[in-house]
Amino acid sequence: MSDFAPRYPVTPGDQSTATFGPTPSQTVGPYWKIGLDWGTDGENVVPADTPGRITVRITVLDGHREPMADAMLETWQADTDGRYGAPGFRGFARSAADETGTAVVHTVKPGSGDGQAPHLLVGIFARGTLDRLYTRMYFPEDLAEHATDPVLTALPESQRAKLVADKTGDGYEWTVYVQDLDPNGVETPFFSI
Amino acid sequence: MLHLPPRFVRPEGVHPPLDFPDYRTTALRRPAQPLTLIPQRLGELSGPVFGEDRVQDGDADLTLANGGEAAGQRIIVHGRVLDSDGKPVPHTLVEVWQANAAGRYRHVNDSWPAPLDPYFNGVGRCVTDAQGEYRFTTVKPGAYPWRNHHNAWRPAHIHFSLFGTAFTQRLVTQMYFPDDPLFFQDPIYNSVPAEARHRMVSVFDYDATVDNWALGFRFDIVLRGREATPFENEEDDDE
Repeated sequence: MSDFAPRYPVTPGDQSTATFGPTPSQTVGPYWKIGLDWGTDGENVVPADTPGRITVRITVLDGHREPMADAMLETWQADTDGRYGAPGFRGFARSAADETGTAVVHTVKPGSGDGQAPHLLVGIFARGTLDRLYTRMYFPEDLAEHATDPVLTALPESQRAKLVADKTGDGYEWTVYVQDLDPNGVETPFFSI
Repeated sequence: MLHLPPRFVRPEGVHPPLDFPDYRTTALRRPAQPLTLIPQRLGELSGPVFGEDRVQDGDADLTLANGGEAAGQRIIVHGRVLDSDGKPVPHTLVEVWQANAAGRYRHVNDSWPAPLDPYFNGVGRCVTDAQGEYRFTTVKPGAYPWRNHHNAWRPAHIHFSLFGTAFTQRLVTQMYFPDDPLFFQDPIYNSVPAEARHRMVSVFDYDATVDNWALGFRFDIVLRGREATPFENEEDDDE
């Protein structure tokens, strides 16, 4: 490592000489909490006294099964009636992983809609990820709907269970395995959209 | 019958690969298996709306904090948030964070020997106006060393976080400064395909420079746009 020092050709230029198009993604880096930490408000999709409130714990592990303790998770979801962006329902959480790699989301279980089984959309940002990792979390009691869900059925059958959380006393828990070199290993399916 | 809004155009040749070995931390933090292409459904085509409720007075001026004035070269950073059709994205939350003028972040894990500035927190927020314009006042961040490789230095940059109007448009990026001499050895900047790299480099903007006060830089941010539909034309585009 000590001698490793990459060198890249540099062409002069800035936005005024670049082609027009989407701005590239860059890592959030190790210090994202300075700008993006919303604290407990970020974790609370719904207030504490909301009927049917659940706690979802999502643990993110790297290729050595070590916690990604500096990751940021974001979730987006439908309300209990399966509606996205309904007035009065924020639908969004931003949570910091703790030292065990676990991020917490306090929410309500989304309903089904749009021909899809209930699910959370999940984005993972971290030092060492140059672009958002995008996946989905499903719920274990909805197996019948999973069989026809358009995203789950885009995956080989052997992969689908990896997106299904486990039930806990107050909600659900789910582990995201960011990397497994074995194609038949535990790596969580990630999506391109 | 399900009616979905138009899908977002998939950006090709824009974003860095998740696997970029020169940035060593990617080694264990990138999926090893291919990503699965999935259809954009209602969840991907919608997103949270955050606006003025997340912003307080003064959040767009990073130079005034803790009862004092930050040290460093004062700069105005402004620009527009657009989608890739060139349409402005109005009333959308813009979150930024950065190192201070000495290259030090106010973060417990940043311990390199450059001074913290008691009057600089390094966090800013604002909401774009009806034309998609945003504007921050800050100080130019310093470069700083990191341990990726021998004598590694990050070029000066400001982190930007954008929501757009859909979860699919979500973007976290970094704004760089023109002609930074450190680009040649930075794997994070160079992870982006060459064609798109300069889109991350702000433009020195003399017109935005304020006499006797601050230098100006312009940085437009472009989010994924929606695919054209057969029904779309200029006339019904006046929402």
